[in-house]
Amino acid sequence: MLYGLMAYFDSAERLLEALRVLKERGYRRLEALTPNPVEGIEEVLEGDGRIPWIAFGLGVLGVGLGLFLQIYTTLDYPHNAGGKPLLGWPAFIPVTFELTILTITVGIFLFLLYMNGLPLAAHPAVKAKEYVRVLLDEYGVFVYATDPRFDLESTKALLRELGAEVEEVRRG
Amino acid sequence: MAHKEPHPDHDLIQGEWTEKTLVEKLLEPVEKPAPRPWKVVLAVGGALTLAWLYSLFVTFVKGLGTWGINQPVAWGFDIVHFVWWIGIGHAGTLISAILVLMRQNWRDSLNRVTEAMTLFAVLAAATYPLIHMGRPQLFYWVMPYPTHMALWPQYKSPLSWDVLAIMTYLTISTLFLYLGLIPDLALLRERSKGWRRRLYGWLSLGWTGNAVHWQRYRAVYVLLAGLATPVVISVHSVVSMDFAYGLVPGWHLTVFPPFFASGAIYSGFAMALTLIIPLRKWYRLEGVITERHLDWMAKVTLASGLGVAYIYLLEIFIAWYAGEPAEWAQQLWRMTGPYAPYYWAMMLINVVLLQTLWFPRFRKNLSWLFIFSILANVGMWLERFVIVVISLSHDFVPGNFHLYYPTWVDWTLFLGTIGFFLFGLSLFIRIFPPIAVAEMVHLFHRLRKH
Repeated sequence: MLYGLMAYFDSAERLLEALRVLKERGYRRLEALTPNPVEGIEEVLEGDGRIPWIAFGLGVLGVGLGLFLQIYTTLDYPHNAGGKPLLGWPAFIPVTFELTILTITVGIFLFLLYMNGLPLAAHPAVKAKEYVRVLLDEYGVFVYATDPRFDLESTKALLRELGAEVEEVRRG
Repeated sequence: MAHKEPHPDHDLIQGEWTEKTLVEKLLEPVEKPAPRPWKVVLAVGGALTLAWLYSLFVTFVKGLGTWGINQPVAWGFDIVHFVWWIGIGHAGTLISAILVLMRQNWRDSLNRVTEAMTLFAVLAAATYPLIHMGRPQLFYWVMPYPTHMALWPQYKSPLSWDVLAIMTYLTISTLFLYLGLIPDLALLRERSKGWRRRLYGWLSLGWTGNAVHWQRYRAVYVLLAGLATPVVISVHSVVSMDFAYGLVPGWHLTVFPPFFASGAIYSGFAMALTLIIPLRKWYRLEGVITERHLDWMAKVTLASGLGVAYIYLLEIFIAWYAGEPAEWAQQLWRMTGPYAPYYWAMMLINVVLLQTLWFPRFRKNLSWLFIFSILANVGMWLERFVIVVISLSHDFVPGNFHLYYPTWVDWTLFLGTIGFFLFGLSLFIRIFPPIAVAEMVHLFHRLRKH
């Protein structure tokens, strides 16, 4: 069974150019695979601006959790420590701060995995024989065979025209 | 093509490389047979770890009576070492986090090994409060959980802030280290066979290098760096408040948080130098950990060390100027009492010898830098000893004065954590690349191709 085509480009500029052309031709089910973050990729593939907002939300949650924990436990077991006020808020700052950071850190890490669809047991592009190249020094585009515009011969020709080495990725 | 000025950081990677040869080089510690010094370090570390386990066993079975702690020195070696280890951990997070935010390219060669250093240093540190409780199986009493006694932790106490600060620090530095490892794990997965392939496969979580994933990944990485930065400062500040909240002469100072934080950075960078200089030599990493890297690390050591030296002098001034008899007596006792050699050795290293780092001649002399980095750690150990033991042994009432004599269990616990630290780190660099491969290749790409 054919999973798709893996195209290897030798520079990030060629990759961006190829992605632009493929998008123009109406290809939708494709992935860019790169060894490093590529600048300018957001202009071609849609970027993701949610992360700062999610982190902010988690931060608010963390502040709430931290304050709730301390205020609730103090009221539940009132204890006069050195004559300090029962709800002496300056003393609550360190714990609130740490819990805020802890909530954001753990939360955003889990969100990152969720947004990226990880952990993933198997990915068709990894089945490519030369796959390791895109983790090293080359830039890959994986075009899924399920793409509506996919046609083995013409897609392969297009990718070659864009300057890629092309490999068919099949099961087995 | 028009003439281009070379990138200002061009010489951060020296020698002729391509991406492929650079990756081969950086993966050598993991993929090639280990050099002989690595085996020696592993064996020594392993032996000391066993001794550590034995002394822990003795502590748990016979109790804290096997330690040298007494009244009033109830905080003996274990708290000295707790603070010492936590401080050492700080350089790792600092190099990785603050330098990310400042876009300092030279961090890329250093961040992985120093983050691993942080992880093992914080683990070593965390064992001390745990065993100091005497009944470590009841450690969960510090957690907020509903008990049948309707008791909650006291959140106005710095000791309970400490629990949360250390746990947060351990969590964030572990996640940061792991996040940075994921792309390298994917590369190793594709390059290895057998159990290693399975291990890296599991740990890399199926990372493929998808460009959109990379974009989110960078966003989260920088965000975590931004969050780790204040945590580093807060952790050591909270540790210092464990002291500063008390009334003991020598502890009761508002300057403690910046004092502890700069000491932590100083000892952390010193420990990083102690580890990186031999690592660079044994694995022939001169091309990627250049003299420029070491020079900058020495400069940071100098800057943070000067902060420490300044506060030593300030402490003397404040004790005199405040005119509090117990405080001033404590200061004189440090300088002239039975512990005076420790105090003056600390002053010699952290104030006098430190000044050599002003001179490029000394900074560029790797033998001196290596020796000094070890001395700086000894100096910081002495500082923790001065703060914990000397302050406690001489409080308000002369009838209360009591010296502290560590036992063999105290010493074995200390040497044991050093062994555990070395053992853990040497295993780490055998399984995970000690230099962040993906980041170095990215840096190489930026320096040479743009």
